[in-house]
Amino acid sequence: MDRFLFLTVDGLTHGAVYSAFALALVLIWRGTRIVNFAQGVLAVATSYLAYTVTGRSGSYWLGFLAALLAGLVLGAVVERLVMHRVAGAPPLNAVIVALGLVLVVQGVLGMIYGNQYLPFPAPFDRSAMTVGGVPLVSRFDLFVFGTVVLLMIVLALLFTRTAIGLRMRAAAFAPSVARLLGVRVGRMLTLGWALAALVGALAGMLVIPTGLGLHPTAMDTVFVSAFTAVVVGGLDSPAGAVVGGMLVGLVLSYVAGYLGAGTAPLAVLALLVVVLLVRPAGLFSGPQARRV
Amino acid sequence: MSDLLEVEGLTAGYHGVPVLHGIDLRVPAGTICAVLGANGAGKTTLLRALSGLIRPSTGRIAFDGADLGDLATERLVRRGIGHVPEGRGVIAELTVEENLMLGGAWRLGWAGVWGAARAGLRRDVAEVYQLFPPLAARRRQPGHQLSGGERQMLALGRALVGRPRLLLLDEPSLGLAPRVVAQTMALLRQLCEQTRLTVLLVEQNVRSALSIADQGVVMSLGRVVAAGDARRLADDADLRHAYLGF
Repeated sequence: MDRFLFLTVDGLTHGAVYSAFALALVLIWRGTRIVNFAQGVLAVATSYLAYTVTGRSGSYWLGFLAALLAGLVLGAVVERLVMHRVAGAPPLNAVIVALGLVLVVQGVLGMIYGNQYLPFPAPFDRSAMTVGGVPLVSRFDLFVFGTVVLLMIVLALLFTRTAIGLRMRAAAFAPSVARLLGVRVGRMLTLGWALAALVGALAGMLVIPTGLGLHPTAMDTVFVSAFTAVVVGGLDSPAGAVVGGMLVGLVLSYVAGYLGAGTAPLAVLALLVVVLLVRPAGLFSGPQARRV
Repeated sequence: MSDLLEVEGLTAGYHGVPVLHGIDLRVPAGTICAVLGANGAGKTTLLRALSGLIRPSTGRIAFDGADLGDLATERLVRRGIGHVPEGRGVIAELTVEENLMLGGAWRLGWAGVWGAARAGLRRDVAEVYQLFPPLAARRRQPGHQLSGGERQMLALGRALVGRPRLLLLDEPSLGLAPRVVAQTMALLRQLCEQTRLTVLLVEQNVRSALSIADQGVVMSLGRVVAAGDARRLADDADLRHAYLGF
């Protein structure tokens, strides 16, 4: 039972990060119908910036802030300079461009920082605190969980309580109608990318300290897990992304804990296949229109 | 009465193929102008050109005396041109209240959480609820749950929240029961008289449109073939038989 509790808490903590990352993917999908395969590498790039800033200033939090700001700027720049040019083109174009971006950014990061794993600090102690005699949760886990919950609340307020959120949703759901109502759709899409990259940067800062360290491919497996979370929850559903992320986190934790870490990737794939077979649009998808 | 909208020699179309050929049009402020004609006459294309959704290849569009040039649709909304497209354009995923707020959201700043502008917008939305009481009862429901008539109310109400001076209405009677059509038309007339709203009304329902319009324009194959007082157009038997089908 102790082990089960530990694995559940561990799964939820990792799942929270997958949820945040999945949310970033959903933000872009809803606005542009593009699965941003470059999401992971953008997060890695911002983490490298945080690494540099932290190294030079000696302040983790200055690096943390730099990563978030860089995410915001990088997302906007990528949308304006790269993805904007394939908007309206066949979907495969955007996928290929995003994959190309992954290769370019990974290559550039490797050239600047090298291809070895760099130690990435965590702002809080990662050793588990004992609750009722069971080593359960670390301060860093609590920080991760609290940050992701705060992020969810802020995003929910942004989209449901502010005019800019309303405009962003309108631009995503019905761009041509939104334009007729004075919404600057292009700006909203850029803002959506910026916001998604900021969320991705945050997820990177939360998950990289729990892995081997900083590396140009550090977010690849996280991306796969988050992508699975999005498919499980439904590409159009922010709530689905959150639940999907938690589910993937729990599955990974239980399988790694009971069957061995080597089997965890297979479990994620199995989950992906089951959802695609049983409910291809995701667990939280709305009713699908059928043209007759 | 001064002209709010002046169109001279307007030519526009899609992918280099012109649909409108040298359209001339003048709409005085505070009046309703019905744009009539068979399918394919270019009525919807005319509205799309006026609201900046398609770029004219030649010609001039002036609004309140100022040349609109190549202004984007979003900027035209800020100048006071509202467009309710064919099919109404209700955003199905947003609630009734969100659809209405969106109509005037461009007046708010980046956040738009509080402030005088938001209070003004709330007042405008409340006025729409007074105008269309069924919408007030459904304010929390998503757009896809509304009937055709309610969608029409919502589309019209949302456009009014944007405080337009010129309202471009594309087939507002499409798919509606005759009683709802009559109510909508009566409301448009009332709005024009009370608020000096100017309306360019594209309609297939010729009788309804001419019954409330001050003037009419008949189009055929992208050209204006007749224009003038609405009552005179309705009384012209030759014109009715040739172009209006009644």
